Amino acid sequence: MVTVGPAAARAIAQTVTDPELPMLTLHDLGVLRDVHVQDDGTVIVEITPTYSGCPAMAEMRVDLSRALHAAGCANVEVRTVLSPPWTTDDITAHGRELLAEHGIAPPGPASRRIAGPVPLTLGARRPDVGCPHCGSSDTVETSRFGSTACKALFRCRHCAEPFEHVKAI
Amino acid sequence: MAHEDENAYESLAVAAGGEERWAFGTGFGDPLAGVDTAVPGGVDAKALARECLALGDDALILSQRLALWVSNAHELEDEVALANIALDLLGQARLLLTRAAQADPGLRPPDAPAHIPDEDALAYWRDVAQFTNVRLAELDDGRDFAKCVARLFVLTTWRLAAMTRLADSPDPVLAAIAVKAVKELSYHREYAAGWVIRLGDGTEFSHERMHDALAWAWSGHDELFAISDQAVRDEVSRVVTQVREAATLLGRDKECAAQSVAGRDGEHADDLVTLLADMQSVARANPEATW
Repeated sequence: MVTVGPAAARAIAQTVTDPELPMLTLHDLGVLRDVHVQDDGTVIVEITPTYSGCPAMAEMRVDLSRALHAAGCANVEVRTVLSPPWTTDDITAHGRELLAEHGIAPPGPASRRIAGPVPLTLGARRPDVGCPHCGSSDTVETSRFGSTACKALFRCRHCAEPFEHVKAI
Repeated sequence: MAHEDENAYESLAVAAGGEERWAFGTGFGDPLAGVDTAVPGGVDAKALARECLALGDDALILSQRLALWVSNAHELEDEVALANIALDLLGQARLLLTRAAQADPGLRPPDAPAHIPDEDALAYWRDVAQFTNVRLAELDDGRDFAKCVARLFVLTTWRLAAMTRLADSPDPVLAAIAVKAVKELSYHREYAAGWVIRLGDGTEFSHERMHDALAWAWSGHDELFAISDQAVRDEVSRVVTQVREAATLLGRDKECAAQSVAGRDGEHADDLVTLLADMQSVARANPEATW
């Protein structure tokens, strides 16, 4: 059995893609938190869920284990990390480019949580989301919830195309 | 345990060969796999377990109620919204039930098959009197969309206020679950509030329907308030008044009769019996099944 060093293990883990946004690696999505190798050679991978109910977590664990096993890592342990929680700010610049290339409008900056009650802002202006197809900023939200927990549905009033948008959280 | 689950799943996935999956979504691992699950010193483990169980049961039962709207709502976007909210709540329930059983292993029902994880044992192998959700979560809304959003509004407003404060819990696992939940619940509350306003401030007919629905949902608030501190009660009252005002639904409520903490004490409506009979039927009919 070959020994896989931390740099190599990290490089392998960084190639694993997200099951629901397969154009993105888990690294680009910001859910891959850490990869390190223990003294006994066990590779420890830390991931964090996007949303509490993310059904892809089990799939991610399997995909990471499989990729590392295939590269010669005998023992792999994938750990869940809950804190600090995932935020769309963790999506890399490269990840944002890839989302847009695939017709998904990337998120804007997430609002920083401040202490105290979360205000309910009624009739709040929707964030300006540019159309990933034609670039127009004349877009309208058609549904706050989309095909996965992390996306909302939009429509472009300029080119009339519908598109998805990763919500800033 | 979780590691073994994962290996069992992996062997299935590998056996299917390459990229294929035996069945996507099977073999859910422990949702807290790899999280440091020790209960910190100075934390009353049983009280922590009760708190996690109550919040987990609210989420589980409300999630099941919302899931019943799939293929029954008036338009696809709202079905997708309700299904997504149900999924977020189910995720919170999984984490909270798992945490409850870690803090107090005595909560695990003795009848549950040994091979299933704690979260499943608690969801599928407890009887109605062992559920500690508030009754508002379990009531059958009769597929009345106004009731659906009214209940969602009252419960998520309370839950968001409660979770905001639990972000400072001395238990780091509960605190982490709460911080994630706050982000999700902010969206849920906004969705529900939007519909309460749209229907309340809509036609005469929708106004009447929303009024009745909100009165129905609000009658359950005493049970929520009975277990909250004053800061949570104040926040809920403030948000509910804000939304009532925008929905033109102010000042038409009768005083509702004071309620006990019935649901938290395991006293439930027959609606929960019916809900559980459905939700638990597969797990109980096939106790050795794995999925």
